[in-house]
Amino acid sequence: MRFTLNGAAVSLDVVGTRRLLDVLREDLRLTGTKEGCGEGECGACSVLIDGEVVDSCLVAVGQVEGRHVTTVEGLAAGGRLTALQQAFIEHGAAQCGICTPGMLLAAHALLQRATHLDADAVREGLAGNLCRCTGYTKIIDAVLSCAK
Amino acid sequence: MCPPPAPAPTAVGRSVPRREGADKVTGRARYTDDIAVPGAWYGKTIRSTVPRGRIRSITFDPLFDSERVVVVTADDIPGDNVVHLIRDDQPILATRGGEVRHREEPILLLAAPDRGTLEEAASHIKIEYEILEPVYALEKAIEVFSTVEITKGDIATAQRSADFVVQHEFRVGLQEQLYIEPQGTIAIPESGGRIKVIGSLQCPYYVHRALKRALKLTDQQAVVIQAETGGGFGGKEEYPSLVALHAALLARKAGRPVRLIYDRHEDLAATTKRHPGVITHRTAVKKDGTLLSQDIEIVLDGGAYCTLTPVVLSRAAIHAAGAYACPNVRIRARAVATNTPPNGAFRGFGAPQSLFAAELMVEHVAERLGMSSVDLRRKWMLRLGDTTATGQRLTESVGNEMVLDAALKAAGAVRPSGRPAVKRGRGLSLVFHGSGFTGSGEKKLQGTIAMEALTDGTFRILTASTEIGQGTKTIFCQLAADALGVGLDNVVLAPQDTSLVPDSGPTVASRTAMIVGRLVQEAAEEIRERLKRERPPFKVEKSYVQPDSIHWDEATYRGDAYPVYAWACTIADVDVDMTTGEVRVTDLVTAVDCGKALHPVMAEGQIEGGCLQAVGWATIEEIKMKDGGYQNDRLATYLIPTALDAPRIRTILVENPYSRGPFGAKGIGELPMDGPAPAIIAAIHHATGVWLDEVPATPEKVLAACASR
Repeated sequence: MRFTLNGAAVSLDVVGTRRLLDVLREDLRLTGTKEGCGEGECGACSVLIDGEVVDSCLVAVGQVEGRHVTTVEGLAAGGRLTALQQAFIEHGAAQCGICTPGMLLAAHALLQRATHLDADAVREGLAGNLCRCTGYTKIIDAVLSCAK
Repeated sequence: MCPPPAPAPTAVGRSVPRREGADKVTGRARYTDDIAVPGAWYGKTIRSTVPRGRIRSITFDPLFDSERVVVVTADDIPGDNVVHLIRDDQPILATRGGEVRHREEPILLLAAPDRGTLEEAASHIKIEYEILEPVYALEKAIEVFSTVEITKGDIATAQRSADFVVQHEFRVGLQEQLYIEPQGTIAIPESGGRIKVIGSLQCPYYVHRALKRALKLTDQQAVVIQAETGGGFGGKEEYPSLVALHAALLARKAGRPVRLIYDRHEDLAATTKRHPGVITHRTAVKKDGTLLSQDIEIVLDGGAYCTLTPVVLSRAAIHAAGAYACPNVRIRARAVATNTPPNGAFRGFGAPQSLFAAELMVEHVAERLGMSSVDLRRKWMLRLGDTTATGQRLTESVGNEMVLDAALKAAGAVRPSGRPAVKRGRGLSLVFHGSGFTGSGEKKLQGTIAMEALTDGTFRILTASTEIGQGTKTIFCQLAADALGVGLDNVVLAPQDTSLVPDSGPTVASRTAMIVGRLVQEAAEEIRERLKRERPPFKVEKSYVQPDSIHWDEATYRGDAYPVYAWACTIADVDVDMTTGEVRVTDLVTAVDCGKALHPVMAEGQIEGGCLQAVGWATIEEIKMKDGGYQNDRLATYLIPTALDAPRIRTILVENPYSRGPFGAKGIGELPMDGPAPAIIAAIHHATGVWLDEVPATPEKVLAACASR
């Protein structure tokens, strides 16, 4: 099967029913995508499929045939941190960091599609991604600092 | 002649970028399950399905060829079959004929080359039990793990001279730490009988000691390395020893690396929780509000094995009188055993439970007296020179009134909800939390760090204190840089690997910044002096030395229970939906006396995260028990606050320096867990007129309380 991963074409010989999460982590060794619950509750495994946030633990890899998948490793093009990644560091939005990859992707998608963002809209947009360290305040600050 | 002035700090107090921040935002940070180990097999723990029983037999279905997997039972443990901690009661694996004391108790371990074989093998194991009658009720407990009694003055005489004696009972529920990264360990057998363990953990040397004892290893043969760790909150204080022991036993028998990574269901069902309990207060006062006596009884449910329960109980008891000065106090506390999974360390460590009761008691007494509870707190609060329940005279850094004033000033007026079915209310709490280990804990432990001056002009900190999100790596480098008078880039930190770093004590008890951080500062200062006459490379080691002014009597529970206390006032606004019973915390203000904010953004972040964890405990985090097991054993049923549930949290850092803290800092890791729950219950009362006296305040309980009014 073929799909685009972080801007590059990928061709794999895998069983289509395997979880996208496992194929990313084990076959492609992209371990930035985390498993927190395995049932779509925590968002630690969030990736973007054609720009939409999806829990990769609930997606069979066969479903991404021909589509564009973005993981946290795809955010910093050429090794340069994006404004959002930089804001996460500056605002203290990453503590233990285990939710951070998924949170960044959810926030990235939110920033891409929203024309106007306020704190409530950020809360709504990140409601599928659990964080146990920050109380969310610093994450919301970081995302808002990157809003247009 | 005056000594030259110390240079002004340049890193401390500034919110510099987190050391491992770039790794965490790019996905480069390697957590345990991210680490590829060639040839590693997958491990699994087979657990008890009964709450209490005796193992009659363990058999493999002959249809499965058990040669395809590695099986470890208690018979494969070369050393002692105990999880080394306080009391030697918890087996690593249950023994044949031995008693299983709780559901999910580990009985057998399996390893296989792939997950499919592993699951297939697991489904072919049959364990037969002789069922024994389980005990769940605290009053029928099978054993008392520990008791604490604290006595100050004479409560009987005080009660006789009282105008009122107010009595209430409070109940607190189980809570799961819910670090987002589940427990996990990889064990790798190496030459010379060495076993290397890489894991998600807070306390490398706990695991090190456990491995040495059970696997009969020398100091050098057991190697424990902390991987990047996705949250701990106490949940990775003692439990990782068990995970590591299991992985190491499998790796030893398999002769190859074994990965033992829990999924969320296993983590929720089997690992330690916050101790639930019942706390009763009888408080004697005069009509003018004068506090005469507090008589407090605490019963905590320890679950089936002791774990850290006696230490949790101790902290619960010492904090039970609250942040108040009372001449006559009696605190009787006990922790008992039931046939439920063992409870253990969780941020706050008993104090959130006892402070919940203490703070609501202030509300009840104020109501009885017809006084404002804020005024009553001002009247009662511990001030400089006062003595605590253990007779500790507070000689510095008492921020009680400062945090109360700061929070009240920041909170503003309560606005009505604007919706007829939704009632809004506000509640306040005032709490303290002892920083560092209790009593003589730090003295006994003698936490040690080392620092090296290297030839390339850099300085390396060697410590077993772990980074679990709270900022250890960053603040230690800040402290060292300023004490050395060098730039932050000149300071590096060695990995948390027991073959490299000394035992700095566990990363728990709000002690890392204050106790271990102070050692970092002292080592750096010594290096700075020696550099005037010596050339690198050289190494300095610093161990904790108890100041002569600290006195603690373990036998009588009298004296200086903690080196110092941090203080917090929390104001919570809630909306109570009178139709559904749902409680939503809309706004939370917390003022915290942290001594000195070494890194203000991280300090705020830790406080905000702790507050939200407490909001969860107070409102939605509920575990219902059925037949000795948790019904809420998945993330679909055990709910924690999302960004939508979370209130706006405003943190006010109050700096009230502590002379023996690094640059004045006090430990605040646990404190934010203490204040929100009682403030929320008081806010629910303000909104609805109903007292709940228990957490979590679930919709059912709120509706029932409102209906029975």
